[in-house]
Amino acid sequence: MSLTGERVRGGLGESARRPDGGPKVAGSFVFSSDLTADGMVWGSILRAPYPHARIRSIDIGPALALPGVHAVLTAADVPGDSSYGLEHADQPVFADDTVRYIGEAVAAVAADHPDTARRAARAIVVDYEELEPLVEAEAAITAEPIHPDGNVFAHLTIRHGDTTASGDVVVEGDYEVGMQDQAFMGPESGLAIPDGDGGVDLHMSTQWLHVDRDQVANCLGLPHDKVRMSLAGVGGAFGAREDVSMQVHLCLLALHTNRPVKMVFSREESFLGHVHRHPARMHYRHHADKDGRLVKVEARIVLDGGAYASTSRPVLVNACCFAAGPYAVPNALVEGWAVRTNNPPCGAMRGFGAVQACFAHEAQMDKLAAALDLDPVELRLRNAMKTGDRLVTGQVVTGAAPVEELIRTCSGWPLPAEDPEPDPMTLPGGAGRTADGSRLRRGVGFAVGFKNLMYSAGFDDYSTARVRLEGGVATVTCAAAEVGQGFVTLAEQIVREVLGVDEVILAPPGTADIGSAGSTSASRQTWMSGGAVERAALAVRDRRDAGEREPIEETYEYHHPPTSPLDENGQGNAHVSYVFAAHRAVVDVDLDLGLVRVVEVATSQDVGRVLNPLQVIGQVEGGIAQGVGLAVMEEIVMDRGVVRNASFTDYLIPTALDMPDVAIAALVEEPEPGAPFGAKGVGEPPTISSSAAVAAAIRAATGLALTRIPVRPQDIALAHRDSTKLA
Amino acid sequence: MTPSVAQPRSLDDAVEALRTAIDPTVLAGGTDLMVAINAGSRRPTSVVSLIRVPELQGWHRDGDEVVLGACLTYAEIERGELASLVPALAQAARTIGSPQIRNAATLGGNLGTASPAGDSLPVLAALDATVETIGPDGVRTLPVLEFVTGVKRTALRAQEIITAVRVPVLRGPQEFLKVGTRNAMVISVVMAALVIDLDGRSVRLGLGSVAPVPVRARDAEALAEGSVDWDTARIGDQTVFGRFGELAAESTAPIDDHRSTAAYRRHAVSVCARRALERALR
Amino acid sequence: MTDSVTFQLTVNGADRVVEGAWLGESLLYVLRERLGLPGAKNACEQGECGSCSVRVDGTLVCACLVLGASAAGSEVVTVEGVAGDAGGLTDVQQAFLSQGAVQCGFCTPGLVMTVHDLLERNPTPTEVELREAISGNLCRCTGYGRILAAAQAVVAERSGSGRSQRETPS
Ligand SMILES: Cc1cc2nc3c(=O)[nH]c(=O)nc-3n(C[C@H](O)[C@H](O)[C@H](O)COP(=O)(O)OP(=O)(O)OC[C@H]3O[C@@H](n4cnc5c(N)ncnc54)[C@H](O)[C@@H]3O)c2cc1C
Repeated sequence: MSLTGERVRGGLGESARRPDGGPKVAGSFVFSSDLTADGMVWGSILRAPYPHARIRSIDIGPALALPGVHAVLTAADVPGDSSYGLEHADQPVFADDTVRYIGEAVAAVAADHPDTARRAARAIVVDYEELEPLVEAEAAITAEPIHPDGNVFAHLTIRHGDTTASGDVVVEGDYEVGMQDQAFMGPESGLAIPDGDGGVDLHMSTQWLHVDRDQVANCLGLPHDKVRMSLAGVGGAFGAREDVSMQVHLCLLALHTNRPVKMVFSREESFLGHVHRHPARMHYRHHADKDGRLVKVEARIVLDGGAYASTSRPVLVNACCFAAGPYAVPNALVEGWAVRTNNPPCGAMRGFGAVQACFAHEAQMDKLAAALDLDPVELRLRNAMKTGDRLVTGQVVTGAAPVEELIRTCSGWPLPAEDPEPDPMTLPGGAGRTADGSRLRRGVGFAVGFKNLMYSAGFDDYSTARVRLEGGVATVTCAAAEVGQGFVTLAEQIVREVLGVDEVILAPPGTADIGSAGSTSASRQTWMSGGAVERAALAVRDRRDAGEREPIEETYEYHHPPTSPLDENGQGNAHVSYVFAAHRAVVDVDLDLGLVRVVEVATSQDVGRVLNPLQVIGQVEGGIAQGVGLAVMEEIVMDRGVVRNASFTDYLIPTALDMPDVAIAALVEEPEPGAPFGAKGVGEPPTISSSAAVAAAIRAATGLALTRIPVRPQDIALAHRDSTKLA
Repeated sequence: MTPSVAQPRSLDDAVEALRTAIDPTVLAGGTDLMVAINAGSRRPTSVVSLIRVPELQGWHRDGDEVVLGACLTYAEIERGELASLVPALAQAARTIGSPQIRNAATLGGNLGTASPAGDSLPVLAALDATVETIGPDGVRTLPVLEFVTGVKRTALRAQEIITAVRVPVLRGPQEFLKVGTRNAMVISVVMAALVIDLDGRSVRLGLGSVAPVPVRARDAEALAEGSVDWDTARIGDQTVFGRFGELAAESTAPIDDHRSTAAYRRHAVSVCARRALERALR
Repeated sequence: MTDSVTFQLTVNGADRVVEGAWLGESLLYVLRERLGLPGAKNACEQGECGSCSVRVDGTLVCACLVLGASAAGSEVVTVEGVAGDAGGLTDVQQAFLSQGAVQCGFCTPGLVMTVHDLLERNPTPTEVELREAISGNLCRCTGYGRILAAAQAVVAERSGSGRSQRETPS
């Protein structure tokens, strides 16, 4: 791939160092919560304590009366659109007459100290009339609408092939996925600075600067160029920063006080203030012939979208498109619903709909294997999707689909040895020393998953990048949000590779300097912004090679090939490309206490091409950690619309003592046609099938059905106790 | 009124600071108090910090007892000689929070908070520990089960502080088991502390997170005591272990909450109690 | 604020005076917002994540759980001072870079402090000891694999063996 004679160091294929790594280890990297400005005041949001209520009145007087308070704003103070939303503006900036989920913003305060701001927010007197919350997704389909736009965000039916076909062997099941949270480390935070001319500069951690900017400007009633957004250091994202959280509130406060305003969500507020992964209920029926070839997959998927639309519609499209898994399925009937309830809003999280479906289709494949008396891996091999096969949407897979190779390499990886004298810390229960060796069972589970790369279904997905070469130094300007994934490293690698220069500078991303780069989501930045940077760099190189004098500057807007929406039968060429992964989990389970220790997760992943080995490993291991978390501990616990565990004390994510060893059996490099450098995005696949594999391993260890993730200790222990009582 | 943070350097000064301060809040390691302050649920007007009071630090042996200073941290409890004198407490200490928490959090603070999920409490209950306090009315000594009176409620009076906890040094095995949904850094769903006193021929089982206050499983204890061959320190009748667990579960009154269910807690108590007894006396 | 306190502490070797602080401010807030040292991070402010790990009088603690005013007279070392007078990056920080232990980086300063603290007390930890030592530092990006690799690389480097247990490709 080296395009110049002499190969530069830090080009593609190397584990080039992150350009932001030095400051990050030194503690000097500026995250959004580290920002300060002269004369700055602090913002705080008052949030509703009920999942469904009518607001009879709001008295801001007591808050305004506190010394140090600069502004108290409510719905009446929003000058532009009263609502925002990524796809559909249905979420009020401040609840006006109705509260639709617990933690919905009701008012915002600015004060000279964060504690004063918080006290002032609490001093606001709101008279609520509590209403019955609508919390069951299934019921929401036909229930009285809780929002003028109705309760159904999306309803989709996919009819593929002969929907009346049936197989010799039929297995059926109901599956459930709980509400997972992205739980990034850096809380939502930002700094808004009024420009003195009616406009505002917003420094914020986000995944998509331009779309935030548009929503903010609409709510402020300002022309889009009067709102300038710059990326402030992002402490992880995983989908939760795709929607607007505090952006509008911050800018409103800054414009009202005519001072810089900083806001940092507490951890509790963070849990209440961003979208979650959709909880799902799924009913599946798989049909196969006697040889284990899939004949038909039927699925009904109901996603709880919570109070506001966010990305419920595309999440549902994904769940349905990938409902059958990475298998050749001649016939399918898939029905999906994404509905509005009084639960917290749900939207993007790593895997975006594919995770929920994967848990169900992989449990079904294991069930089918059992019914056929076939090895589960063998069943998957017999049905593995390959290039030229069709999705249930009728679309032909034209790119790389090395599913068989993934299954073979991952399942063939040597199993970890059982430690004859294990450290108690490494047994189920860990530090609690609860394990009894004679009551531990080891289980092995396998799962395969896939999803689309980039945006789909007719969305004009693009990214813009500018490359400027001057004095042998290349400067890249691109609004792609670096959220930890390492786009900054890759952008440098690409430019070094193309231009053969050593020194590459990344300009700070902002809306004032360049067009949109699209969202850092859908595993898309390597392809989209990587593509934009490559094309811009190539154009610069061409001019340089033609003898033009520096500075040379080129801007490129990269679009992926067009896609189309699904038709009324859920058919159509909705996607550009797919990415696949296989996971094999090994677990130890304490049968009586239901505690699980995940011992190892082995994986093979389709990557197209490895552009930075270390960063690929980082994505694989990190994605698996989130998959393991969903399988055994992570869930927002709801009680009639009330969140019971909005803290790191009770929303548990894996610690270093919970995280298993990850064995990368294979990174399959089959270059993707049309992809810049042949590389596929790598961020999401590790999360898609790892949860399903862990759940399968727990089933294998216990013999229990376990149709819900996260698998809770009581799900295992009480079911095991009851099953042995019967026996 | 001026806000203040007093940092007394002696017990006398601490008592005096508490006496003179207006509505003083006692601070030890801060791992409970600061969480509440950061969340805005507590707003102290004045603070008396105990972490520099020498009399409240460390531990010492006093005959066949050890006296644990109120400001003894879990990091100090989990290692060294103390760990061999009260092994159940050391095991409990190692399950509490993270290394950073254990470096700061104190035994006195666990008692001061008196959470149903306080991990040291069932151990102290099993040890028949006594809590020593000092205050305007002088010095008091209370058995731990009288000290903890309810969910986050104690017998401490205004301006009184815990000075020490007195526990016996016993000959015999001790166990502590804690169930949580994560392998480290987790609040207890259930815990069981078992203490065997070979010389006093007693079996003591303390249970936590299964009732508003720590529980002693008296029926289970009686069963076990009657089944032990004290010469060999073994229980021969293999049915005793399971029955011990069942009786332990019957002595609890757990609830459903966001961490678990009452049914699971009851079941887990029976499992943990049984395993503890098996480890100790089979 | 009317109900304010004033105190002095030593941070990274320098005497610092904090004036007019609210009584309830944590050491984390004092460091970040009053002393211009944002290296300790504010991920949870309830001691659960370890991202604000600092040393107070030589002991590793969560700065969010230390009442600022109660640290009066204490010696505090933050990530900004971990390299000491030598400046630059420590071997732990270098290893985090070379082993790919940094992604979003929000947990990184706390982990750097924790790994330093561990290796001072226990220069040759087993993998389980290492995992236990960092179990109070949550990381959401990496799955801990490269962090363990970084710590093991430092152990190998310091012991002169050069090879760590968990190799990362270069
Ligand atoms: C992340 C995290 C994890 C945790 N994990 C656990 C766990 O696993 N198990 C567990 O049991 N606890 C856990 N805790 C809670 C806490 O660490 C313990 O309760 C600890 O023992 C409290 O001690 P402290 O010294 O920090 O108390 P402080 O926070 O200083 O004080 C707690 C309360 O006790 C009072 N108090 C303190 N000392 C005295 C005294 N000598 N006399 C009178 N009153 C006093 C204070 O006024 C306050 O009301 C955790 C806390 C955190 C933040």
